[in-house]
Amino acid sequence: MNFDFSDDQKMLKEQVRKFLSDKCPMTVTRRVLEKEEAYAEEVWKGLVEMGLTGTAIPEEFGGLGLGALELCVIAEELGRSAAPVPFSSSIYLAAEAIKLFGTQKQKETWLPKLAAGEIIGTVAISEGLHAAHPRNIEAKFAGGKVNGVKQPVADGGVASVAVVAVNTGGSGEQAISLAIVDLKAGGVSAEPVRTIDPSRQQVTLTLKDAPAEILGDKQGEGWSQLSRVLDGAAVLFAFEQVGGTEAALDMARDYALERYAFGRQIGSYQAIKHKLADMYVKKELAKSNAYFGAMMLNDEGSELTEAAAASRIAGSDAYVFAAQENIQTHGGIGYTWESDCQFHYRRAKLLALTIGAPIQWKEKLVSRLEAKNAA
Amino acid sequence: MDFNDTPEEAAYRKQVRAWLDKNATRKADAKGMELPRDLKELIAQSKAWQAKKADAGYACITWPKEWGGGGGTTIQNVIYGQEEANYLVPGGIFAIGLGMCIPTVMAWGPEEAKKRFVGPAVRGDEIWCQLFSEPAGGSDVAGLRTKAEKDGDEWVINGQKVWTSGAHFCDYGILLTRTDPNVPKHKGLTMFWIDMKDPAVEVRPIKQMSGGAEFNEVFFTNLRVKDSQRLGNPGDGWKVALTTLMNERLAVGGSQGNADTDDLIELARDVTIAGEPAIRHGGVRERIADWYVQAQGLKFTKFRTLTALSKGETPGPESSISKIVAAKKMQDLGSFGMDLQDMGGVIRDRKLSPADGAYTEQWIGAAGYRIAGGTDEILRNIVAERVLGLPGDVRVDKDLPFNQAPKGK
Repeated sequence: MNFDFSDDQKMLKEQVRKFLSDKCPMTVTRRVLEKEEAYAEEVWKGLVEMGLTGTAIPEEFGGLGLGALELCVIAEELGRSAAPVPFSSSIYLAAEAIKLFGTQKQKETWLPKLAAGEIIGTVAISEGLHAAHPRNIEAKFAGGKVNGVKQPVADGGVASVAVVAVNTGGSGEQAISLAIVDLKAGGVSAEPVRTIDPSRQQVTLTLKDAPAEILGDKQGEGWSQLSRVLDGAAVLFAFEQVGGTEAALDMARDYALERYAFGRQIGSYQAIKHKLADMYVKKELAKSNAYFGAMMLNDEGSELTEAAAASRIAGSDAYVFAAQENIQTHGGIGYTWESDCQFHYRRAKLLALTIGAPIQWKEKLVSRLEAKNAA
Repeated sequence: MDFNDTPEEAAYRKQVRAWLDKNATRKADAKGMELPRDLKELIAQSKAWQAKKADAGYACITWPKEWGGGGGTTIQNVIYGQEEANYLVPGGIFAIGLGMCIPTVMAWGPEEAKKRFVGPAVRGDEIWCQLFSEPAGGSDVAGLRTKAEKDGDEWVINGQKVWTSGAHFCDYGILLTRTDPNVPKHKGLTMFWIDMKDPAVEVRPIKQMSGGAEFNEVFFTNLRVKDSQRLGNPGDGWKVALTTLMNERLAVGGSQGNADTDDLIELARDVTIAGEPAIRHGGVRERIADWYVQAQGLKFTKFRTLTALSKGETPGPESSISKIVAAKKMQDLGSFGMDLQDMGGVIRDRKLSPADGAYTEQWIGAAGYRIAGGTDEILRNIVAERVLGLPGDVRVDKDLPFNQAPKGK
C-alpha cells in the first residue's frame, strides 16, 4: 500500500508553501480584492520563475514533464493561501485541454508559452444562468469565426488564449466542439463582471467574428473532451479546497484558543469544539477522496470520473462548511471588512461553483454509479 | 501512488492465503454453510480456530513470540485480517480480551499473573471481558461507584457494572473499582483481575432495543479477591484503565452496516415516488451521491492509515474520524432505505424486506453503535482536544473528593 505522495512531491509542496507564505500572505489577497487588480502579478511571476506553470507540460513543449501528482501538491498550497493568481485557468484548464486534445501544431503554438508563463490561458464555458449543458451552449463556430457571449470567464481579461465551448451544429452532445480563440487577434472584448470573490477577476467575454480554430482536428467531440478536462480540473480544485479548508480550520482553531467569553476560552465550549471537529472530519474525507482522484488522474484510471466527482463534492462541502463556520466561530469581528475570514468565505463558494456546482457533479456521479450498477 | 503490497507484504499475504486455504473454507465456496447459532458450539469452534491460529503464529501477530504471539508487524496483522475476512471462520469473542484486557495485564500485572494468563488467552483457552461502565458512569467512566474495601490481604467488592460484552461466557475479567471515595474521582480507583465464575459474581443479560442481548449487567455481592489480583498500585486505576481504553478505539471497528449505496440504487429502481422510479428523483440521487462520497472517504482514509503502517510510520490522527462518520451514515442510510419502501418500511422481516432486512437492522443497530466504544460526542471531544489542541471541558468535580462531588441519582 503506497497511497501517499512521494518524498520529492512533498518537498515540492514545502517549497511552494514556503514561497506562498512569504510572498502571498492574506494582505496580498486583500490588496488584489480592494484595488480590483486582475491578479497579483508579483506572485504569479514568482510561481512562473519557480517553473510551476510548466510542471505537467511535456518537455518537448517546454515544460518539466512531471505528472498530475505534482500539480496536486501545488494546488493544495495555492488553495491554502487563497492565492489571487490565474493558475487554475491557465494550467489546470487551458493547458490541460490543449495538452490532452490539441493537434501537434496547436500544442507547439500554445503550450511553450503557457509553460513559460509568457501568456495566460483560460476556458470559457458558461453563458450565464444556465448550467453548462449541450443545450445551453449558444456561442457558434462557423467559417473559422466564433460569435457569442461567455459569462463569467475567470481571468478572461488577462488571458491571451481561451478554449471556448461552441456549437458547431448538429444535435445533442455532437453539437458541441471546443475552439481555441486567440484573444489578441481581434473580435474580442472583455468586461469585468462583479462577483462574490473579486480577488479572482472574472469577465463577460464577447466574441464577434473572433478568429478561432477547433481544438484537435474533429468537430463534435467537444462535450466529451470538456468532460475529461473538467474531471482533471475537479481533482486539482479539490486539492485547492483541501488546502483552503485547512487554512480556515487553522484560523478558527487559533481564534477559539485566544478568545475568552464567560471567563473561558471559547474553544473549551463543546458547541465550538464539535463544530471544529466537524470541520476536521469533512477535511479528512475531502483529502482522502482527493488522494484517490489524484491517483486516478495520474494513472488515467478507469474510475477517474467517479473519483473526480467524489473529490469535487467532498472538497466543496468541506471548504464551504469550514469557511462559513470560521466566521461563525469568530463572531462579529469575523463579519467585518478588516477580518480575513471573508477571503475564505468568498473563495470557498467561488471554487464550489467554478467548473460546475456540486449538485451537477452529484448528478454526473450517480449517472455513472447507476450505469455501473446495471452492468 | 498505488495500492500494491511491498514485496515483503506480498510474500506474507501469499503465505497467509496458503495457510487459510489449507485450514478454512472461503466464503465464496461456503454456500449453505454457516457458523453455529448455538452459543456453546460457537464458542467451541472459536476456541479450536484460535488454537490453530496460535500454533501457526497468526494469533496476536504483533506480540512477541515468548508470549505466544507471532513476533510480526502491524501491517502483517492488517494483512492477516484482510485475508481472514474472506473465509468462514468464527471470530470476535476474543477481541476484547486480546485487544484490551490482556494488554492491560501485560502492562501492569505481576509476573505470576502474566505467566498464568497470557498464554491461555492467546490460544483461546480462556476468554476475558472488561468491566468498566456502570449505570452512573458511561462516558464519564471515572465516576464509577463499585466499591472495593481492603480486608487484610483481600479486597471485598460490591457494586454493579453494565454493558459488559460476553460476561455470560467469559472466564476472567478486568474490573475497575473505587477504593478511596475521599479523594477526587480519578485518584481513588484501583484495577483488579477477577474470576467471572466466582459465585459472588452474578451476570444478567441486557435485552437491547433491537431485541438482541449481546451485553450484560454484572453484579458483585461481597466478592473477595486477593491483593495479588491487583493490576497497578491502589489509586492508580485510572492510569491503568487508560492502557485499556487506548486500545478500545482500535478494537471497535468502522462498520457501516450491511446496506450501502449499491443496494440503495437497486432499491430505488424497484420502488416509486409519485408513480415514477425513485431512482429518477433528485432527492434520492443527491443522497446516493453524498453517501457514496462518504463511503469512499472512509475507505481511502483507511488506505492512508495503512500506508503509514506499511512504511513503518505511526498513522496520523485521520483514523479518529471513522466511527463518527460511519455510525451516523449507517443510521441515516438505513432510515432512508426504509423511507423508500414507503408504508412497507415498517416491516421488519428478513423474508419480506429488501436486502435481507438490512435497512431496518442497521437503522435499529446504529442507534447503539453511535454510543458503543465512545459516543459521537465523546469522539468529537477527542478530535477537538487531541487533534486540534483545544482545551479540555470544564470539570466541576475534578478537584472535589468523590464523596462530595455532585451526583444525580
